[in-house]
Amino acid sequence: MSAALDRRAAELLPAGERLTAHDAAVFALRVKRDAAARTEPDFERLREQARAIKAHALDHLDVYLERFEARAQAAGARVHFAADAADLQRITLELLAAKSARRVVKSKSMLTEECRLNPHLERHGIEVVDTDLGERIVQLGGEPPSHIIMPAIHRTRADIGALFEREMGSAPGDTDPGRLTAAARRDLRARFLAADAAITGANFAVAESGTLVIVTNEGNADLGMALAPLHIACLGIEKVIPGVADLAVFLRLLARSATGQPISAYTSLVTGPRAGAELHVILVDNGRTRLLANQRHRSALACIRCGACLNTCPVYRRAGGHAYGWAVPGPIGAVLAPALTAGDELRSLPFASTLCGSCSAVCPVKIDLHDQLVAWRGSDSPRAPSARRAARWAARVLERPALYRLAGRVTRALWPLLERRFAANPANAWLAARELPEHPGASFRARFRRRARPEDTP
Amino acid sequence: MDVELFIPCYVDQLAPQVGLASATLLERLGCRVRFDPRQTCCGQPFVTTGARDEAARLARRHLRVFEGADAIVCPSASCVATVRHRYADLIGEADARGLAARTFELGEFIIRVLNRSDVGARFPHRVALLESCHGLRELELGWPSERVSRAPRPGVTESLLRAVDGLELCEIERRDECCGFGGAFSVEYPEISARIGGAKLAALSASGAEFVTGTDASCLLHLDGLRRRAGTGPRVLHLAEILASREAT
Repeated sequence: MSAALDRRAAELLPAGERLTAHDAAVFALRVKRDAAARTEPDFERLREQARAIKAHALDHLDVYLERFEARAQAAGARVHFAADAADLQRITLELLAAKSARRVVKSKSMLTEECRLNPHLERHGIEVVDTDLGERIVQLGGEPPSHIIMPAIHRTRADIGALFEREMGSAPGDTDPGRLTAAARRDLRARFLAADAAITGANFAVAESGTLVIVTNEGNADLGMALAPLHIACLGIEKVIPGVADLAVFLRLLARSATGQPISAYTSLVTGPRAGAELHVILVDNGRTRLLANQRHRSALACIRCGACLNTCPVYRRAGGHAYGWAVPGPIGAVLAPALTAGDELRSLPFASTLCGSCSAVCPVKIDLHDQLVAWRGSDSPRAPSARRAARWAARVLERPALYRLAGRVTRALWPLLERRFAANPANAWLAARELPEHPGASFRARFRRRARPEDTP
Repeated sequence: MDVELFIPCYVDQLAPQVGLASATLLERLGCRVRFDPRQTCCGQPFVTTGARDEAARLARRHLRVFEGADAIVCPSASCVATVRHRYADLIGEADARGLAARTFELGEFIIRVLNRSDVGARFPHRVALLESCHGLRELELGWPSERVSRAPRPGVTESLLRAVDGLELCEIERRDECCGFGGAFSVEYPEISARIGGAKLAALSASGAEFVTGTDASCLLHLDGLRRRAGTGPRVLHLAEILASREAT
């Protein structure tokens, strides 16, 4: 039986044009990333610096969190700590209720996806409008993002044209990106002006100054914060970095790794609320301290959510983000999901990789992603008892050369029979798209023993 | 030089010609080649499927089998990568380091230990190189396209192929994208595996290559299975087979 992700990929991203377009669009980001990285004279050294800063920040996270809290409060922000998703939902709702806020504009935040904040707010009568264009597209389509920085990358131009025609009255059959974007902008402008509150994420939280760093390409976070009387920023506790100077490392890496831009269009440093407005910062744990305590896996917390590992991942590009079944897909999703989610449902994600290692090679903070995947596979994963039994038996054979030889001989003798049996089984996973290897003849060891030694031959 | 062949279980059973070509090639280069029939499997399939206990037992066994050998040479990059990168976790840092220092992938051994790149092979055909991911990124047998450098060095495997008489190396699009094999991945995720492999096969076909070669027979078996199903595409040959070839024009 093939894995759930494989079946979902076949269903959600069917082979054909849609798959080809998805793979090409995502790989194009990887190509841009390569080109942009080469414009930075010492990109590999920057990666090493970023890794070291994040490792240090995580080692002393308690200190930096307290410092951030103190400095942010001193600058006039209010800082809240949320233990889990439910806590984030509750605090956000209370903050909105205190201001009688009903209309919220939101900019991109993978954390709020992870914590399912939107559906919770909507259940309580709050109108939440995602203002990042990609996010808006998936929101209108009633689906989650499929990529952490390109939420609608699984959608074609035609999909979006049809969606906008239905939802925003754009011209029938119009698939021109410029006109569709203009339609979304007109629609969003009114919502920005009417918003009671803005919810944003944050890419970094600078402990030294209590500053939030919010990076976007569309300026939508900025417009939200600049207009609404209430700004709620939600971020994971791992986003804290020591000083403003560290941004010189991270900002050079982030946009290059994400989209191949030297820097994002908007990089806003927010220290305290604007005059007459309120700023609340919610620092969310949701499994992060548990992961921090896990020496083997904590480095995954260094992730700056650039998406480079998704873009380079051959599996992600051929599966699509929705097949992963969690807010964060791709290699980083597969190493975070087992750590940050309860239950066994996502414990198979670390197996959804060929271990090609390209993710580790592009990661701007040098997370050893594919090694992490291997480590997760070997940790007390709830493997099927049948798989465990099979492994035990296979090892028993391989520990005994005589038995191993015999197994090889028997397989070879029965090869034609096995071929027929396999071929007759429509569910055979190897044969779905591939032929079996041709009969190999005698084993290497048998032939090596028999062959003429070179010194014997004339 | 005495060389102990490390022939992975799947090469022994499914691709014996790769082992034989390796032996022939090394002997031609002046090595005395031995094969210890106690060896079976390095444990890689158990590492990657999360069967840690079994992997550790096989790794300790592998260490015992190759205890006295000075140079252990293997025609499979991913098995060498297992010894080099996964064994520390299974048998302890010290033993793993000692074994790793004596274990070489075939092409790497020829270039870095024997200091040869021209092995006297002749293979007058158009050939595309399928960089196996573990060879490329874990053994650094080549320069991954995502790695940024001002002066990328030509890879080990590529250098060997370039020195083969008559061989024309074909460029392929997305040259070092994975082939989609991934061991157990190929049967647990057959749809995605075949999608990745299908794209690789298309790129290889488009390159005009008559043959595709690489350092891992496992990736090649997967590709060959796809090729024979599709009925078109370059035939597969392991690096050892090309380097051992003395084909006349």
